[in-house]
Amino acid sequence: MSALIVQSLYKIFGNRADEAVRRLADGKPRAEALAGLPATAAVIDANFEVRPGEIFVVMGLSGSGKSTLIRMLNGLLQPTRGSVRVDGVELTTLKPAALRKLRREKISMVFQHFALMPHRTVLENAGYALEVAGLPKAERRERAMDALRMVGLTEWADNLPHDLSGGMRQRVGLARALAAGTEILLMDEAFSALDPLIRREIQDQLLELQAELGKTIIFITHDLNEAMRLGDRIAVMRDGRIVQIGTAEEILTDPANDYVAQFVADVDRTRILTAASVMEKPQQVLDVNAGPRVAAKALRESQTSVVYVTGPMKKFLGTVTEDEVLRALREARPHLDGYVSTERVRTVTADTSVADLFADCAESQHPVAVLDERDRLIGVIPRITLLSALAAATPDEPTQGQDQVDLVGTKGEPA
Amino acid sequence: MSLTQSPLDSWLPRVPLGAWTESAVDWATGALGPFFDGVAAVVEALVRPLNDLLTGVPAVVVVLVLAGLGWWLRGWKFALGTAVGLGLVAGMPYWEETMSTLAQVLVASTLALLMAVPLGVLVAENKRASAVARPVLDLMQTMPAFVYLIPAIFFFGIGTVPGVLATLVFSMPPGVRLTELGLRQVDKEIVQAAESFGAPPWMVLLRTKLPLALPTIMTGVNQVIMLALSMVVIAGMVGAGGLGDVIMFALSQVEVGSGFEGGIAVVILAVVLDRLTDSAGDRFPSARAQRLARQAA
Repeated sequence: MSALIVQSLYKIFGNRADEAVRRLADGKPRAEALAGLPATAAVIDANFEVRPGEIFVVMGLSGSGKSTLIRMLNGLLQPTRGSVRVDGVELTTLKPAALRKLRREKISMVFQHFALMPHRTVLENAGYALEVAGLPKAERRERAMDALRMVGLTEWADNLPHDLSGGMRQRVGLARALAAGTEILLMDEAFSALDPLIRREIQDQLLELQAELGKTIIFITHDLNEAMRLGDRIAVMRDGRIVQIGTAEEILTDPANDYVAQFVADVDRTRILTAASVMEKPQQVLDVNAGPRVAAKALRESQTSVVYVTGPMKKFLGTVTEDEVLRALREARPHLDGYVSTERVRTVTADTSVADLFADCAESQHPVAVLDERDRLIGVIPRITLLSALAAATPDEPTQGQDQVDLVGTKGEPA
Repeated sequence: MSLTQSPLDSWLPRVPLGAWTESAVDWATGALGPFFDGVAAVVEALVRPLNDLLTGVPAVVVVLVLAGLGWWLRGWKFALGTAVGLGLVAGMPYWEETMSTLAQVLVASTLALLMAVPLGVLVAENKRASAVARPVLDLMQTMPAFVYLIPAIFFFGIGTVPGVLATLVFSMPPGVRLTELGLRQVDKEIVQAAESFGAPPWMVLLRTKLPLALPTIMTGVNQVIMLALSMVVIAGMVGAGGLGDVIMFALSQVEVGSGFEGGIAVVILAVVLDRLTDSAGDRFPSARAQRLARQAA
């Protein structure tokens, strides 16, 4: 079951909303559809489901409607049309009191500019949701302290927000949402007001907390790198519509339209693409019990100089080169055991990011071996494949491809 | 009416606004008589004991209490200034009048604020109320101060009560305006944050909006008191007593000396009240927090 379901959701500001929805329904761009109407469409026909425990990122530039969208998910804004279901409860038709109850119990929010109350201490801010819920003071304090501990701010509990840096303030904002104990967390450009180093740090912290707590997080951002870093799945918004929903890799490798393609053109692919997405099928894999004759035949047929060798349970053992095969033939050995070497080949796991592959590729004499979690060989990455994967991923950006070649070059990669 | 009336002017309808107002006031005097009597009794019951208290205790005690308050709120320099200024007033022949003016100002502005702040809250929270209140407040603020005295005389005769009530009405608008402004200026995101955790409207108002609006509201309090002080002197015209009487008498007799003494007493009272209320606003934690935040920004 989904934690949150959004169906045909619209938000129109201004007058004659019904007419606006009718005109927008057939998919025309909003500027064209609403020409002459005293209305602006912030969100148009949004449909998505968020699974429990995932980080669902909504990404778009300013004016794309993402902040409006997130505010409809907890009823801060009333949708013009459509349905929002939180944990099976239809939110759009709730009475104010029921809506407040839902917010207290199911869904909390972290804001772009932190939105801490300047006249309350860090601890009082962190415990705000519990105060609203009417918990006794001692319990409130304890749970707020727990939340502050999670974000590492216990020693600041009695300070005012003013005493804290931006990054720390947003950690208080996060603690406030965590202390509420809700399953769903809405994060509205939560890290956008922070400078890049701090942002990275708090992103890491969020991912660590998420690994531990497994909340359902809906995260709004205009920063593609942030979206790719945090998002299990990403929804790309443009002009009020969601144009694509998918994993970071899906969006990078298979953009739904030119807009998305252009948008992702600038992203640092090397951090998103993984070894698994660029690797090739290994051509010459032999069991360690195969004889040198079989190996020689394989080398001859494939016109290469190396064979990858696997052992019991397909476990990767190493490589043999033509020299070693020849030696085995001369010495008339029945199989390759004893000739297999791990010195000329580097191994990586399937989820290694491409950025981390460069060093291995440069140092590995043969194509890098990609192994799964049980050390089975699932693919290889020749240097040229790594480079062409990057080149293919950036068709419009020859300079960027160039940069990456240079990057490899500096690591001593022979041409 | 002008003697050189052009024939075109006869097209304009005559609007007997004055006559209407008169008949409305006449009607109110009769129909709402008991209500006005009640109001008068309340005001009387508030002003008289305070007046008696302030004029009853020795001047030195009042001077020292106000100087001590000044010390607490602003520091020793202001305390010294307060002591010297009020000492000067005490040395002049109009100490009693000054104290009765102070009593009237305190009662009028307290009552004005008791109405202005809730009204300001209503106006800030409710668009329709705001649309109604705006022109009414404009009217109240631009109406010449003397005009308030006329219906006051009608309803309450002459004396302290009409003076205090005219002062109350005259000094209220900035209280409403600045309360509204303060509430509207509260950071929207902070209000949304409170709402997003399920806080009911009263809680958002009492624990978030009002504390954050407090510095602006306190500016309103300060303005109300200042306006009350200026009006209370004008109210001398209806025999409200206090420094107003002194100044009216000096005016009618062209007595420069006593007129100046009365005027200086008003000025000193105004400065003391202004500085005291101004710094009172800064003593709230929310005001401190916001000031710090502004400095940091």
